[in-house]
Amino acid sequence: MIHRLFPGLMLALLLGFATMGWAAIESFEFDSPEQEARFKQLSGELRCLVCQNQSIGDSNAELAQDLRREVFEMIKEGQSDAEIVDFLVARYGDFVLYRPPVNYTTALLWAGPFLLIAIGLFFMIRFIRTRVATTDGVGTLSAEEQSRLDVLLQTPAKDEHT
Amino acid sequence: MKARFLIPLGLFLALAGLFWFVLNQMNRGDYNPRELPSALIDKPAPTFSLPNLHQPDQTIGTPNFLGQVSLFNVWASWCVSCRVEHPFFMELARRNEVPIYGLNYKDERADALRWLDQLGNPYVASAFDFEGRVGIDWGVYGVPETFVVDKAGKIRMRFPGPVTEAIWNRKFAPLIAQLRSEQG
Amino acid sequence: MVPELGHFALILALCVAIVQATVPLAGTVWRVPGWIALARPAASAQMLFLVLAFGALVWSFIANDFSVAYVAQNSNSALPLEYRISAVWGGHEGSLLLWGLILGGWTFAVAMFSRRLPDDMVARVIAVMGLISIGFLLFMLLTSNPFDRLVPPAPDGRDLNPLLQDFGLIVHPPMLYMGYVGFSVAFAFAIAALIEGRLDATWARWSRPWTIVAWVFMTFGIALGSWWAYYELGWGGWWFWDPVENASFMPWLIGTALIHSLAVSEKRNTFKNWTVLLAIFAFSLSLLGTFLVRSGVLTSVHAFASDPARGIFILAFLLLVIGGSLALFAWRAPAVKSTGHFQLVARETAMLSGNVLLVVAMGAVLLGTLYPLILDAFALGKISVGPPYFNAVFVPLMAPLLLILGVGPHMRWKQDDAATLLRRYRFVLLVSVVAGILLPLVAYGTVTPGVGLGVALACWVVGGSVVDLGRRVRTSRGLRGVPRSYWGMTTAHAGLAVVVVGVTLTSAYSTESDVRMAPGESLEMAGYTFHFDSVDQVAGPNYDASFGHFRITAADGSQVARLNPEKRIYRVQTMPMTEAGIDGGLFRDLFIAMGEPLGDGAWAVRIYHKPFIAWLWLGAILMGCGGLLAASDRRYRLAVKSAQAATVGPVATAES
Repeated sequence: MIHRLFPGLMLALLLGFATMGWAAIESFEFDSPEQEARFKQLSGELRCLVCQNQSIGDSNAELAQDLRREVFEMIKEGQSDAEIVDFLVARYGDFVLYRPPVNYTTALLWAGPFLLIAIGLFFMIRFIRTRVATTDGVGTLSAEEQSRLDVLLQTPAKDEHT
Repeated sequence: MKARFLIPLGLFLALAGLFWFVLNQMNRGDYNPRELPSALIDKPAPTFSLPNLHQPDQTIGTPNFLGQVSLFNVWASWCVSCRVEHPFFMELARRNEVPIYGLNYKDERADALRWLDQLGNPYVASAFDFEGRVGIDWGVYGVPETFVVDKAGKIRMRFPGPVTEAIWNRKFAPLIAQLRSEQG
Repeated sequence: MVPELGHFALILALCVAIVQATVPLAGTVWRVPGWIALARPAASAQMLFLVLAFGALVWSFIANDFSVAYVAQNSNSALPLEYRISAVWGGHEGSLLLWGLILGGWTFAVAMFSRRLPDDMVARVIAVMGLISIGFLLFMLLTSNPFDRLVPPAPDGRDLNPLLQDFGLIVHPPMLYMGYVGFSVAFAFAIAALIEGRLDATWARWSRPWTIVAWVFMTFGIALGSWWAYYELGWGGWWFWDPVENASFMPWLIGTALIHSLAVSEKRNTFKNWTVLLAIFAFSLSLLGTFLVRSGVLTSVHAFASDPARGIFILAFLLLVIGGSLALFAWRAPAVKSTGHFQLVARETAMLSGNVLLVVAMGAVLLGTLYPLILDAFALGKISVGPPYFNAVFVPLMAPLLLILGVGPHMRWKQDDAATLLRRYRFVLLVSVVAGILLPLVAYGTVTPGVGLGVALACWVVGGSVVDLGRRVRTSRGLRGVPRSYWGMTTAHAGLAVVVVGVTLTSAYSTESDVRMAPGESLEMAGYTFHFDSVDQVAGPNYDASFGHFRITAADGSQVARLNPEKRIYRVQTMPMTEAGIDGGLFRDLFIAMGEPLGDGAWAVRIYHKPFIAWLWLGAILMGCGGLLAASDRRYRLAVKSAQAATVGPVATAES
């Protein structure tokens, strides 16, 4: 389905590239460096909807320009980051956010890396335990080391099985 | 014990299953990774008031949608796909099937008027959104886009891309029939 | 005629690949020496036909043969010669052919440089690579033939995408593909060992140099891609966590884990199943990247024109190759016995922890890349996962990795003593913490916890290496007693530290300004003054450019650099391109890009001061050089002789 036919963009899209070699450079006049920093931060975390995968800060697509202008004006009006984000989410949905909100559908996304590291640690400790247990008597552990090892080895294992 | 050696295979097969599922949906045309669902479904149409394309001194706005099921079609003279769907909109207008309002998006008035003169005007009226702000309020991310607005002025569907007869029969016609039967 | 010859050569290559994949393997099963001996000549013939096919495509591009559809889509008669040649891999079909050619090249190299390996082992390895080749050649011939003709021929071509008309894009794809495809050698060795049912230290020793070399190519390839994005895209960014970047980063992470795990398998005869699994994963992720880029399931700035039909083909191929090898793994791995034992405080533990962190990091990247697709597929909503997510999960995983890196490589195999280690490294630890706080404070006047951590960890890694090197020089016969692989390891780890410094400082202390500037105006930033002198209109071979003249002066008025950023319009595709003007330096880059003309001769101009950004690529070069040093260790040249008798006991020289 051929959609999003902003002028000049169609050919580039057919070629598989958006207008990515064309830097988006504008000169907005901010009231303070703090405003400018907020603008940079926000436009870097909002997705340009027509582009293949670019933030509105990086893209030169017309919609990105319009959204940049919108963000700029809202900042000038003194709206907070949350208000600006809410404004865009109400219109375009969560898709516009490069930082997905934490909710029940994204719980696994945000918890995933921690889950992975827990699984990794579990298997690693189990493996080390087999290696250490079958050791050929080279170097025995002191009582203190043994108890620390027990703590290391037991606790996560219990968590994992539940 | 041996089962753990099957874990990598299992994970991979799950992933492959996901890809297969997605590719199949793409092949059937049910899924387009680039297509964005509207955030405004079942929400009241964003209020706006814009000059009429033909009569700049008159305005078009949300009240025009009330009391009837209508289409709101985002178009522009520079949009190639709009030409693709245009004959079908002419046909819809001829059959008097549903009132079609237009949002002339980020266009030059003269270009837009010439476009309608040459190809015909299927719209009850077109709103002139030169800056594209109403487009942003409606979550428009490309042209053409077609919204279905119900009697109460709520958005019930958004279709991005050119509307064809086949798409109309599959997606629009049943919904419009259902909306008409609803209590207004 | 030439394109038809190329097409024919591809078909012949496929026929050879079928022979190469089946006959030698059958020979090892039924013990037919003649069939086994076929492996090497088949690899050579395969290489020959692929070179012919590739040559035919190159010729079509040089000769501007626009009757070939692929040439018409990706070239133009006005395109300079060097870009006509690099345009060969500028699109889907040609880049596949390059993939195939490089696979042929690696197979040929295995056939050439494994004279002293047992014949049946080589036969299995070459057969597995032939199997992969069959898949790619079939894919090319059935869905993506680069030699398809256009009837009638196009009068001229649609031109190469202007983004790709650049030196970086001449070298970046071949480098990266050398890495991707190079992992097929490690994969083939792993599969061959699984088929034979013999996973031992010799297998690890044979695959190690191949894997390291592939990893080096990949490191250089990724660094080149990042460098290209930095200077060519005009945004001043160098890493975007785009799905396609992630697709190259994931095999790199696994490849990094693999070269370390191989070391343990070789030295200590343990982690063997894990190593095999990593070898399978590294190449599988390379293939997965190919799938993601070419099937259209993900949206990316780099994606090729997508086609679900191609997606189905690649998916079937993935099922066969990855599914098959993982099934083989599930069948064979339970019988593998690891014999090396070790204590909790030992180099094995450090290596394993590092491995786990790398694999988890890969898992996090994979999760972030695929999560939107999963949600979308199950109609749970449409979300985007971008840099804020990846930075948030990736950085916390890298910090402990660097912590381990400071001391892990210098621990003893089997068992070391925590108290001794603490005594030996506490001074480095102290110095690192102090340096992490003081250095940024002295240089920039401020320090954040993130910057302090980054600098401290980098110092810790380098300091740990220095302490160990000193100890080693004292105990062995001076510097010359230190084996080359040890230098390789130290260099590569120092390279990582350099990258960390670059990432940390450039992220924290870059300054940027988007301003309206007219000729004659100037802007002060970060102690420099940027003077905008004038703009010329210049005609390039296939583009027209607005050519800016900027001067940069230091605080004392002396000239630092003259820069010429350009705004180009390529004639055929009428595509605007920003060419940034960059004054590079070891401690800072000055970067100027021109945006839109704003009327009255004024332009929107972006100016960056980017401290330490060169360290990103400098570090990557160090890492790559470290890999090359390690791969050229004399042990591998002598290895093969004693391969059969490789010992698994404690090894006197302790290397990476």
